[in-house]
Amino acid sequence: MSELVRRDPRKEWIARNRLHPEHLAVLAEMNGDVSPSEWMGPNGLTRRDPHAVGFIGPNGLKRIDRSGAQQAASQSARRQAQPGDARRRVDIESPAFLVAVVPDMPGGRLSAHDRDLLGLARQLADADPDAPGAVLAIVFGERQQGEGSGELKAQGEGNGAHETSVFGEAGVDRLLRLPIDSRAGYLPEARIAALQAVERELAPRYWLLPDSPLGGGDLGRRLAVRLGERPAAQVWQVEADTAGETGWRCTARGAAGNSDILRALPRVVLALAECAEPVSETRHAAQPVALAQALPEVLARLEDLGEVAVDPASVALAEAEFILSAGNGVKDWDGYHHAARVLGATEGASRVAVDDGFMARDRQVGATGTWVSARVYVAVGISGAIQHLQGIQSCDKVVAINLNPGCDMVKRADLSVIGDAGEILAALVARVERYREQQREQQQENRDAA
Amino acid sequence: MPRNPTSSNHAMLDVAVLVSVGRHPLTARTRRADQDARAVEMALSLSDAAVRLIHAGGNDADHQEALRGYLGMGLGGLDLIKQAPNADVVPALAEALRDTPLQLVLTGTRAETGESSGLVPYLLAEALGWPVISGLAAVESVDQGMATVLQALPRGKRRRLSVRLPAIATVDASAPAARQSAFGPARRGELATRACADVPDELQAQWHVQPARKRPKRLKIVKATSARDRFKAAAAKADSGSGQLLSDVSPKQGAEAIFALLKDEGVLR
Repeated sequence: MSELVRRDPRKEWIARNRLHPEHLAVLAEMNGDVSPSEWMGPNGLTRRDPHAVGFIGPNGLKRIDRSGAQQAASQSARRQAQPGDARRRVDIESPAFLVAVVPDMPGGRLSAHDRDLLGLARQLADADPDAPGAVLAIVFGERQQGEGSGELKAQGEGNGAHETSVFGEAGVDRLLRLPIDSRAGYLPEARIAALQAVERELAPRYWLLPDSPLGGGDLGRRLAVRLGERPAAQVWQVEADTAGETGWRCTARGAAGNSDILRALPRVVLALAECAEPVSETRHAAQPVALAQALPEVLARLEDLGEVAVDPASVALAEAEFILSAGNGVKDWDGYHHAARVLGATEGASRVAVDDGFMARDRQVGATGTWVSARVYVAVGISGAIQHLQGIQSCDKVVAINLNPGCDMVKRADLSVIGDAGEILAALVARVERYREQQREQQQENRDAA
Repeated sequence: MPRNPTSSNHAMLDVAVLVSVGRHPLTARTRRADQDARAVEMALSLSDAAVRLIHAGGNDADHQEALRGYLGMGLGGLDLIKQAPNADVVPALAEALRDTPLQLVLTGTRAETGESSGLVPYLLAEALGWPVISGLAAVESVDQGMATVLQALPRGKRRRLSVRLPAIATVDASAPAARQSAFGPARRGELATRACADVPDELQAQWHVQPARKRPKRLKIVKATSARDRFKAAAAKADSGSGQLLSDVSPKQGAEAIFALLKDEGVLR
């Protein structure tokens, strides 16, 4: 819809003239479905009719909702439909230099740590407005493309456009995809060889990597050693420093987090999370680039034999991914332990369950026990004391199974099921066993077909 | 230094553990470094392994006290390569490792003092041309110059890797905890000191080191166009009651809803 306000002076005149025979019709037309309490006056000023504000409530009284909900709902589509993208679009055609970022991309998505790092890269690239640098993101693995029908292909391209916008919004000017499949597992040697090829061809001024234990931390140290650069690890702050030779100074954690090291910014930087603000005010091109030469073949001395299934009961509670936690509402403890085994969940407990002797002390979740960081936390019969809720603050998804719909755990939960814990757990176990059975049959069929 | 009584007639695995002097996080006393002690523990738990300890650094009383903490875990001696406090220990360590026939070198991920960048194993691997593995959780088997090891991933997961020996591996907090250090063996153990030329670390002399400052907490920035939105963002409580509430459902329906969520999150294996 056009942003221009089209005015009809005759209709406005009729709307002002209460004695005009067409007055009501014109008023209704001008306001559309909007409440006629507000309209634009002859001089462009907004006029209000306070008598027309509000609505008649259920018992015949006039109610005025000042929370804004009603007004927001009645705003015309013209106003509503333009939140728009207010971010400035930035295209850097011929960059003075490159800042290379190798994001971790856990699960194929930019993590918050990656975004912070891209924000830091932007800070380095945009410091001099006369000679802006470009941020080069180096991503491993090909984008999946539909190969068969045209429809699939179109879908693949759609995904590509979406992906470009994701990188562009995170502040990436150039996007380099290296054809090393990230799903093939741990291939540090091949990755380092590829990054070395990037160094030879594009020679970025800075290399930024996230200092995460098995992603950028490992890769970045290998890269720095291979390039013969002394990196700054555990960097949490980068500031401009006109006195230094590189123009930048960084603060890095040393001595296992006990000291801060202030030093000039080196070429290779391994930065911690929240080292800079992520990009939010600009959009960038994320223009794909490619290397001129093929990647070198590497003789791998490390071979990934795949992930190992671990017993969930042996996983430390603090780092467990999926926790089935029991509280006072659990009566059938054998059924609960069986459910945890079938679901493959780590067992947790509330303080009551531990005090009553049903669970071990090291399984207690909460302020007095362990602060957990599970992705999925299933609270069975736990009403949610504040100490317990503190302990599960950083959990992503919380599922509550409880008899009391008003308890605090239900308020916190993303999904709450009201009912008897024992029965629901038994039904869940039956459902999961059925699912496992189906999977096994499918595998069997696939094997037979093959 | 064969310490394991179960040693048999076939070839021994030569393992070296690079140890450092740690610092207690609260009392700031010198101690055996936690991750290095875990590396020693892992080396001692290998069957048929001849374990030797190597340390490059100072030789004063405090350091010796801390290093004896490793000897108290049941080892007879430790090779101490004397280095000045401002020296770069990588050349000295590389030389020491090159001189000894070794198959596996274990060490902690990062030191508890100094720069603590965790680079030493990588620099040594580059200098010696060996592969390096980080985050070792267990050594499963060693066979014909290949070792099968478990690497610790976040969330308690493990990945099996096969690596060609000789190799360097780093151990972090996910490895089994170190055994207690016993006083008697720690006294009796021998620190074999030898000198090595110092290579001063010039770059480090230019740095300014200060006690760690608390990192500023990130503020929640609200980019709202209207005052109402800004007020709502400032006054809003943590979104409670936004979840889905299933009451008056049969246990079966409830279980189905939970199952769908678990499957979406991908936690059912």
